[in-house]
Amino acid sequence: MANDDVKADRRYTKDHEWAKQVEGGVLIGISAFAVEQLGDITLVNLDVKAGDTLAAGKAFGTIESVKTLSDLFAPIAGKVTRVNPDLETRPELVNEDPWDKAWMIEIAPSSPAEVEALLDPAAYAELLKTAGH
Amino acid sequence: MSHDEAPTTPLRRTPLFDEHVRLGGRIVPFAGWEMPVQYKGLTEEHKAVRTAAGLFDVSHMGEILLEGEHAASVVEYLVTGDTAKLVDGQALYTCACNAQGTVLDDLIVYRIAQTRWLVVCNASNRDKIVAHFRAAAENHCGFEDASDRTALIAMQGPKAYAIAALAGDDGPALASLGSFHFRDAVLAGVKCTVARTGYTGEDGMEIFCPTEDAAKLWSTLVDVGRPLGLEPAGLGARDTLRLEARLSLYGNEIDETTNPLEAGLGWIVKLHKRDFVGKDALASVKEAGLARKIVGFEMVGRGIARHGYPLLDASGGAVGVCTSGSPSPTLGKNIGLGYLPASMAEIGTRFLVDCRGRNIEAVVVKTPFYKRA
Repeated sequence: MANDDVKADRRYTKDHEWAKQVEGGVLIGISAFAVEQLGDITLVNLDVKAGDTLAAGKAFGTIESVKTLSDLFAPIAGKVTRVNPDLETRPELVNEDPWDKAWMIEIAPSSPAEVEALLDPAAYAELLKTAGH
Repeated sequence: MSHDEAPTTPLRRTPLFDEHVRLGGRIVPFAGWEMPVQYKGLTEEHKAVRTAAGLFDVSHMGEILLEGEHAASVVEYLVTGDTAKLVDGQALYTCACNAQGTVLDDLIVYRIAQTRWLVVCNASNRDKIVAHFRAAAENHCGFEDASDRTALIAMQGPKAYAIAALAGDDGPALASLGSFHFRDAVLAGVKCTVARTGYTGEDGMEIFCPTEDAAKLWSTLVDVGRPLGLEPAGLGARDTLRLEARLSLYGNEIDETTNPLEAGLGWIVKLHKRDFVGKDALASVKEAGLARKIVGFEMVGRGIARHGYPLLDASGGAVGVCTSGSPSPTLGKNIGLGYLPASMAEIGTRFLVDCRGRNIEAVVVKTPFYKRA
């Protein structure tokens, strides 16, 4: 995947989630590296709905591949404004387009500074290097 | 995203480790070994085995040799199967129980000759089974733990024998091997023993060879097999393949808390044969009737059952446990195995799986989930 491993337009966590500023808030998803590690995604369960409040680091759902289940953690605190309705019926979107169509939730951040405090693209690229990628 | 952390104890490598790395295998810790969980991808490897062939490194499994006049009696006493009916060159799937009749390990026992027997055990149980057999062999027959000098490669799938035929030497002659029979052979220039056995629900073979020859045999099979659709396959595909074929995995369906009868392995327990470890206990279990049974199930609702998830009755009470569960690449359904009360084991019975707080409906179905044509 080479250059696709990191997108310049967003921030990252060490758990391979991404957070992207958009007009209505911050979209949360998982990186191509995370998807590659998981393999074929077969189920995405988002346990939150619009209006819910999330603390940073709190699980908001699970993602399952054939062989494993992983928790999804909120990179930042805030109020959930949208949940991607497509992932329930089309979990394969996460494999096909982890950076765009497979966004998971949108958060209105409690503190915009929290997003800035996440890993920038260069730091995330560095993390992937040490992850043996 | 969270993943289980790898244990920090030193891990062992099979003689094929470098081959796995070269082929792009993702290496994970498994039962004390560094093993490839997948190469190109679990689903692709799974499908290759169902439609063409897959090549698995199972060198981490244990091999025990028993030799001498009383070797046959020692083996017969330690396993539940009727090893006395085997002929030279024939193998048997069986298990070893303790005196309580619960499972120490499931095994394949090979009669090389009346005075020479090979026992293959799971990697996770190697120390335990080696100690168990060594103790029983003492003063009765010769014993060797041959695990460290023996590599084991499984080639599984409908094209397995066509690929072996391309590997030269005795390859073309292997097609006449009967199911659960084995023979010495030269394959790709390597002296080996080939058994028509496997763990995938497909036709195939398991090939024993000296560790120093393993890489040569492996790479030849990869090279001649690729044009026929062979893929190297990892532990991930091995698990989904065996689950579809409803083959037990030690640590999941069977362990020292389960007896083979409730595990659906009554067919490998021969209570009519001479005394063996666990015989009395298993006779009592049979007499009393089973309280619980392994069932196969399909998820009705949206959820994937996993090892350890509680199984609930309609009112939400815990009645059992899921032992294995996964999406089935062949069937496109979410399937599983688990223990339920005998009264709920009938096909068509509905129950719930507690998928980490979500109660998802499932139904008992006929197994195996997949049977080759």
